[in-house]
Amino acid sequence: MYTGMGCGMNTDPVLSHEIQIKEKRKKDYTLFRSILFLLPTWIILLIFFVGPILLTFYFAFTNLSLTGTEAKSLEFTGFQNFVTMFQDPNFRISMVNTIVFLVFSAVIGQQVLGFILALLMKEKNTSFRRIIGIIVIAGWVTPEIVVAFCWVAFLSDNGTLNMILGNMGMKPVTWLYTFPMISVIIANIWHGTAFSMLVYQAALDDVPKSVEEAAVIDGASRFQLLLRIVLPMMKGSIVTNMILVTLQTLGVFTLIFAMTGGGPGASTQTLPIFMYNQAFVNYQLGYGTAISLILLLIGIVSSTIYIRYMKVEI
Amino acid sequence: MNRFKLEKIVPYVILTVIGILFIFPLLWVLVASVDPNAQQALKTPDSLTTSNFTSILKDGAILRSFAIGLFLSLGQAVLVVLFAGLAAYPLSRYALKFKKPFMYTILFMTSLPITAVMVPVYQLFVYIDLQDSLIGTVLFLTASGLPYAIWMMKNFMDAVPLELEESAWIDGASVWEGLRRVVAPLMIPGICTVAIFTFSGSWGNFFVPYILIQTPEKFPASVTIFQFFGNYGMVEYGKLAAFSLIYTMPAVVLYIFSQRFMSQGFSLGGASKG
Repeated sequence: MYTGMGCGMNTDPVLSHEIQIKEKRKKDYTLFRSILFLLPTWIILLIFFVGPILLTFYFAFTNLSLTGTEAKSLEFTGFQNFVTMFQDPNFRISMVNTIVFLVFSAVIGQQVLGFILALLMKEKNTSFRRIIGIIVIAGWVTPEIVVAFCWVAFLSDNGTLNMILGNMGMKPVTWLYTFPMISVIIANIWHGTAFSMLVYQAALDDVPKSVEEAAVIDGASRFQLLLRIVLPMMKGSIVTNMILVTLQTLGVFTLIFAMTGGGPGASTQTLPIFMYNQAFVNYQLGYGTAISLILLLIGIVSSTIYIRYMKVEI
Repeated sequence: MNRFKLEKIVPYVILTVIGILFIFPLLWVLVASVDPNAQQALKTPDSLTTSNFTSILKDGAILRSFAIGLFLSLGQAVLVVLFAGLAAYPLSRYALKFKKPFMYTILFMTSLPITAVMVPVYQLFVYIDLQDSLIGTVLFLTASGLPYAIWMMKNFMDAVPLELEESAWIDGASVWEGLRRVVAPLMIPGICTVAIFTFSGSWGNFFVPYILIQTPEKFPASVTIFQFFGNYGMVEYGKLAAFSLIYTMPAVVLYIFSQRFMSQGFSLGGASKG
């Protein structure tokens, strides 16, 4: 929306010149006001958002440390951190863990479960729909740290799941030690599915009824209808949701930290946990920052794809 | 006929199973919080008690952590709404040369994982002497919440017709007065949505205060509850459950409240983020 438009119908050269000057002044004042209004945002974002990102690029190439002799003498060490990183078996483990966690909890788990929920709930009894919706959304609204407690209580040696198994005459399983990665993946699916479900519910509602009816009249089966008509029409939502959920999952720290602490060993150590351990447990901030740079780069690439894909009008 | 019936029943069966699987982990918190002898496994309590809740609510340190959490989230929400509201005005009303690149940068920022910058943020806070500072934490939270808030706020402001503002200008109001007296009141649902989103986001955030705050006396509830879990979590299940429930409550209440403002559903028209 613009202001100060809609003149120029005037044919008098002198008057039109005066209007032009007025317009110019108004424009200058508009610019001044815009800058004034945007200034607090710019300052805050520059110091606390852009600053840290730039620092990431800088610190990643230094020997920055919390303690010891290196803490006093910050030195530029070139690609040393990255050489260390690529030789560090822990980095490779974390990278693989991150990919496994992303693929199974974000891409497959939340997406597929969210979609199935949205699809099955379509045109069902309203109160039934509502009850299932509330249960799934409850997991989403619950803060991450409480989600971790719930799942520790559910999966721990004396937890609910083992009690159920015991009642059925089965031996208890040390879930968090024997299957730590599956445990954190399931907990994260539980926490995140509601988002995908809501997105897909909205997307399914956007598919026009007439299109579905036309396909049914043409003799399409339910499965064909879903595969050939509904899914292609939802492509936009699927891609944007996929990228958003991936980005969110990439940053998951609290859930894993509180459930397993990255362990046992390094079996659930994803990149954020690895970064935290190096920076704040081993006090190697430079090395920790190099790891965050990897995280940041993955984030930057995904965000760029996301924005390209969105093609939003601004 | 039979097949038709089956096709109708199967989705209900699948949904019910998913529902039961989803509710199990949650049941434990709900039941254990009122059980005087709560265990790690879910069990029917022999008697009901409110002592778990009262002992949490009587603990001065825990109450303080709730107050600090409130300070952080409320402080952030107020600053975010204020700054985003101001920023959204020129972005919504004027044709600016830098608008497009700026909005793209904002959109880009909304999707970057904050986790990735926490190590350099910590170091930045050491440099500018803000580590262990609640105000500093509020400012960082504000920065992390601003991009998404600006994005939403601009969309909400676009929906307020310019004519209403213009008639206020004719009556002699300045742009600032127009924004305050005409635009802002019409945007109350939008402002509430932004505020609730921002508040719940940081209320549930553990990582940021865990990194930026060192003194235990300054920990917000999200960090205190983690410590409580570490210290007593394996013994006092009932209290942990009660603590968790009290801590979760604001997020639930605000979510229900926000549903009243977001009646048009949940579409990915703008950049939506959970």
